[in-house]
Amino acid sequence: MINVQSLVKIFGTKRAVDGISFSVERGEVLGFLGPNGAGKSTSMRMITGFIPPTEGAITVGGFDMVTNPIPAKRLIGYLPENAPAYTDMTVTGFLTFAAELRGLRGDAKKKAVARAIEMCFLEAVQYQSVETLSKGYRHRTCFAQSIIHDPDVLVLDEPTDGLDPNQKHEIRNLIRRMGEKKAIIFSTHILEEVDAVCSRAIIIDRGKIVANGTPAELRQRSEWAGAVTLRVTGVTGAIVSQKLTQVSAVKRAVILKEDATGVTARAFPKPGANGALAHNIADAAQGWRIEELHTEEGRLDEVFRSITMPDTAKEEKQ
Amino acid sequence: MNALANIKTITKRELASYFTSPLAYVFIVIFLLVSGIFVFMFGGFFEQPEASLTNPVFMWHPWFYLFLVPAVGMRLWAEERRVGTIELLLTMPITAWQAIVGKFLASWLFLGVALVLTFPIWITVNYLGLPDNGVIFAAYVGSWLMAGAYLAVSCITSAMTRTQVVSFIMAVVVCLVLLLAGLPRVTGFLSGLIGTKGADFVSAFGFLTHFDGFQKGVLDTRDIIFFLSIIVFSLFTTSVILRGHRAG
Repeated sequence: MINVQSLVKIFGTKRAVDGISFSVERGEVLGFLGPNGAGKSTSMRMITGFIPPTEGAITVGGFDMVTNPIPAKRLIGYLPENAPAYTDMTVTGFLTFAAELRGLRGDAKKKAVARAIEMCFLEAVQYQSVETLSKGYRHRTCFAQSIIHDPDVLVLDEPTDGLDPNQKHEIRNLIRRMGEKKAIIFSTHILEEVDAVCSRAIIIDRGKIVANGTPAELRQRSEWAGAVTLRVTGVTGAIVSQKLTQVSAVKRAVILKEDATGVTARAFPKPGANGALAHNIADAAQGWRIEELHTEEGRLDEVFRSITMPDTAKEEKQ
Repeated sequence: MNALANIKTITKRELASYFTSPLAYVFIVIFLLVSGIFVFMFGGFFEQPEASLTNPVFMWHPWFYLFLVPAVGMRLWAEERRVGTIELLLTMPITAWQAIVGKFLASWLFLGVALVLTFPIWITVNYLGLPDNGVIFAAYVGSWLMAGAYLAVSCITSAMTRTQVVSFIMAVVVCLVLLLAGLPRVTGFLSGLIGTKGADFVSAFGFLTHFDGFQKGVLDTRDIIFFLSIIVFSLFTTSVILRGHRAG
């Protein structure tokens, strides 16, 4: 549904978006990750036709966004960053306005507004003016606007920003449910959201795509992926450390905690040694009292940090 | 058809937003108050020897439009950009032109409403004497056209900034230049400076030069075209500015 080819956006001398390409099909929920200022919002603004790209091509449902924007825009529902809305209008008035600009009239318009209000849990405030709403309601009002015409494509810029945990949960469920039939792109800072909602994730940094894959694939890139955490009692840290290092698949072992009750250690695998590590360690630990032994799945936040951290900061860390 | 429907939707929303805030009512009250003051205090409405609205009423319009129209137009795009709703509006399946025309029409209609509400003075003058209602009608049309030209200039300045006050001040300055360009005294001064031809050229851009005819009851096509072309040109400039912001 969405096809982006070597998209570039230059502001002055800054390459805000620097040659990104990807595509999203119906039934996919694509998570857009990246540090602040990485080019997420700029990319989304280009995809939705708000700003023209400096170079590159965007097609939505086969329509070119630059040369044939109107039919392309018809297919898209868009929630901009910070969820702007006309503050002087009531929620119903605002949604009716959006429905009219989407070409809905009469009964279809009324039904669309009622449906959006119901889906975004806005019944309680539907006759209130947007000005008087709390941030969460205001956010959902703008979200309701984006789904008013039941679009095939949804572009959501930080849809859960500023919501409380319950609201976040509701919106995530909504996105996941809609993702079965639509092509969805959404950006977020919250990595757990990627796991909860996305079928695929892209990490951008300084205008470039630095990672692209399913959440599980991205986790695999973590140093932690396949690492084994072990907690034993009755031995000292030094012995545990020595024994673990002797296991052939272990790259390095660290003692996380050592006190009177026992030792917690973590062993990182050598590349290609995934899977068998827990068995090997269990064998090596024979004779010790094992309280805990489990394999780490790899953590997205760690992948995110290692990919997007500036090189200087990486060196400092080491 | 689609374009008209979109323009209508936007115009309707803008008009409604004027009337849901107290701004509209405050504006209309000030507008009527100011016209009243000018008519009776400075215009010498009762002292004039004839039943007409030319001198006491319409003569002052170019001057108080100078401040009142930029006040109506300043929020058009500045507010939209400040709140970020411009991003919603321009990602809808409409063209930027439809949005620009729709918003302009709403404000212009609003000014029309304010203008029409000065009708008691028209009733008064008809009660007191026998004015030439054709002249009055022409002057109303001219006044509304001129308000449109002021408003279109305010559209440009509103698109240039996120701050309404800045937009207001810029609009007043630009409109003042266009107003002074047609002032006979300025024309006289300029002809000494750059010659009669140059002075005539400048005064051809003056609002007063072209409003004059309407006040006398003459609906001259050239004057109508002048104000309409100011409007079209300004709206076009607005679209260029808005596109410029987005192109980065």
